[in-house]
Amino acid sequence: MSVDGSLDRLRREGHIVIVGASLAGLRAAETLRDEGFTGALTIVGDEPHEPYDRPPLSKQVLLGRVPADHTTLPRRREVDAQWRLGVAATGLDMAAKRVHLADGAAVEYDRLLITTGVRARPWPHELEADLDGVFVLRTSDDAAGLHHRLSAGPRRVLVIGAGFTGSEIASACRERGLDVTVAERGSAPLVGALGGVVGEVAATLQREAGVDLRCGIMVTGLEGDSAGRLRRAHLSDGSSVEVEVAVVCLGATRNTEWLASSGLGAGPRGIACDAGCRAFDVRGIVTDDVFVAGDVARSPHPLFGYQFLSLEHWGNAVEQAETAAHNMISSSTDRRPHVWTPSFWSAQFGMNIKSVGVPPMADEIIVTQGSLAERRFTAVYGYQGRVIAAVTFDQAKWLEFYQQQIERAAPFPPEFTTVDRRPEGMHPVPAGFPDPSLPSHGPTVTLSGHSPSDRRISFTPLSA
Amino acid sequence: MRLVVDLNRCQGYAQCAFLAPEAFTMHGDEALMYDPQPDDAQRGNVLRAAQACPVKAITVEGMNGAPAAEKAGASHVG
Ligand SMILES: Cc1cc2nc3c(=O)[nH]c(=O)nc-3n(C[C@H](O)[C@H](O)[C@H](O)COP(=O)(O)OP(=O)(O)OC[C@H]3O[C@@H](n4cnc5c(N)ncnc54)[C@H](O)[C@@H]3O)c2cc1C
Ligand code: SF4
Repeated sequence: MSVDGSLDRLRREGHIVIVGASLAGLRAAETLRDEGFTGALTIVGDEPHEPYDRPPLSKQVLLGRVPADHTTLPRRREVDAQWRLGVAATGLDMAAKRVHLADGAAVEYDRLLITTGVRARPWPHELEADLDGVFVLRTSDDAAGLHHRLSAGPRRVLVIGAGFTGSEIASACRERGLDVTVAERGSAPLVGALGGVVGEVAATLQREAGVDLRCGIMVTGLEGDSAGRLRRAHLSDGSSVEVEVAVVCLGATRNTEWLASSGLGAGPRGIACDAGCRAFDVRGIVTDDVFVAGDVARSPHPLFGYQFLSLEHWGNAVEQAETAAHNMISSSTDRRPHVWTPSFWSAQFGMNIKSVGVPPMADEIIVTQGSLAERRFTAVYGYQGRVIAAVTFDQAKWLEFYQQQIERAAPFPPEFTTVDRRPEGMHPVPAGFPDPSLPSHGPTVTLSGHSPSDRRISFTPLSA
Repeated sequence: MRLVVDLNRCQGYAQCAFLAPEAFTMHGDEALMYDPQPDDAQRGNVLRAAQACPVKAITVEGMNGAPAAEKAGASHVG
C-alpha cells in the first residue's frame, strides 16, 4: 500500500488517542473532526470532569462570582469521541502502539496525541503539606476547596510565591477583604516572568491594595495545631506569621512520569517535539505517530534562536493543539510548523496585564508609552539589539504593533517616536531578570536550551 | 450555556459589556471578567455581544449551528 493510501485510510478509519482531556486535548479533537477525520477517537483524562477552563479559577471563581464547576469549556463542534474520564494513562508501549490505563485496560492507536499538561508543585514537606488549610491551585476541585475556605473568612491568608497565580490569588483575597501576606523569594512579584523593572510596579500595586508583601523571603516551615490545622508560618528572616490558610504557588511540574520507561524524550522539563509537534524519542529521533501539545510540550522556535520553549500559556495550548491535530492527519508536505508568538494575559489588582514574546530572554527594557508611575504603560524588551518582547499594563491596544516588531526582529531600542512617550522612555535600562541558573517559579516561559531530550542515553562506542 | 473569551485577542473595549452586562463586566479600566456559564435567558444578549466583538474573541457553544452540549459522560466502555 502506498504512503498516500495509508494516510487516506488513517483519515477514514484510523484510531486516534488523545491523553489529557483539557484545553489542548479538546481543541485538538475538534480540529481533527473539522479537518475531516472520520475514524475512531478516544480521549483519556484522569480528572473526572469534562474539559474545563483554568484561567477563571484564580480570578472569577476565587472572587465568588462564578462557581468552580461552571468553567466547562464550550465545544466548537461535536467531536464524537469515546471519553475515558477519571482514568489515568499509566504507560506507553511505542512498539505495540498502545496506551495502558490505570483501570487495567489498554487502547491501541494509529496516532497518539499527548496533552497531559502540568500540575501544581506541592509544598515540599509532606506532613506540612497535609495540614488542614494548605492549598495549591490548578484544578477546579482545588479552586472549589480554596473558595470554600476563603468564604469562611480566615484571619490571614499566606500566599507562597508571587508569580502570576500567586499574585492573582492575593488580589482576589484583598478584594474579598481578607488579610493576606505574600512571601516571595525574588526581589519583587512577577520578577521571573517580567523582570525587576516591571516587578517593582507589581510590588507597588500589591502594597497599595493592602497586601503584606515580603520579598527576598522564603517560607521555611508551616506549623499546625494539635488538630492538624495550619496555624503559623515561619519565614527565613526568623519571623513568623499567624495564618489559617496558605496557598502554595511555587510553579508547576510536567505530567510526564507515566512515560518514564516508554523511550519517549519526556522528562521533568516536558516532552521535546519538533516544530511540527512530533515528539522526540530518547535517542533524539523524531517519532512519526506520537504528537504533543500544550503545557507539557517544549518545542523549538525560530524567532527565539530555535531554543526549546516550554509555555504555560492558554493561547499556546489552543494553537499548538490545532497544529498538532492538523499535522497528525496530513502528509509531510502539508504539515505546518508551530511558530506561534508567545502571548498571555493576567488580571490582578484591577489591572489588565498582557505580554507578547519572551521577556525572560531580554537584557534591557524601555518604557515606550505611558509611565511606570501611573501604572499604565507599554514596556519593550530587548535582547542583543532586537525587540524580543513587550508588556502592557492597561494598554493592551498597543500590543499588536509590538508583536509585529518582534516578528520582524526590529532593532532595539525602538527608533520610532510613539504617542505618549515620556522622559523615562528615552533610554533603555537593565530589565532586571534574576540569574537564570537560580530556580524561579512563575516565569511561564522556560527556555530550555537546544537538546531534544532531557534523558541521557548511554552511548557505548565500539572498541577498536 | 457555555462560553469562553480569548483574552489574548480581547482589546477591552467593552462592547460586550454594554450588550450583555449580565455575562460580561469590566474589572478596572481594561480587564474583562465574564461568566463562562451564564443563564440561558441571556442567550440572545450573549450572541449579540459575540457578534459585536470587533476581534471575534468570544466563543459561544452552539453559536455556529453546532449542537450544544454533547455530553462527555465518564464512559467506561472499551
Ligand atoms: C489558576 C490558573 C490560572 C491561569 N491563568 C492563565 C492566564 O490568565 N493566562 C494564560 O495565558 N494562561 C493561564 N493559565 C494557564 C492555562 O490554563 C494553561 O496553559 C492551559 O490549561 C494548558 O492546557 P493543557 O491542555 O496543555 O494542559 P492542562 O490544562 O494542564 O491539562 C492537562 C490534563 O491532562 C490530565 N492528565 C495529566 N496526566 C494524565 C495522565 N497520565 N492520564 C490522563 N490524563 C492526565 C490532567 O489532569 C489535566 O486534566 C492558568 C492556569 C491556572 C491553573
Ligand atoms: S467586545 Fe470583544 S474585545 Fe471588547 S471587551 Fe468584549 S471580548 Fe473584549
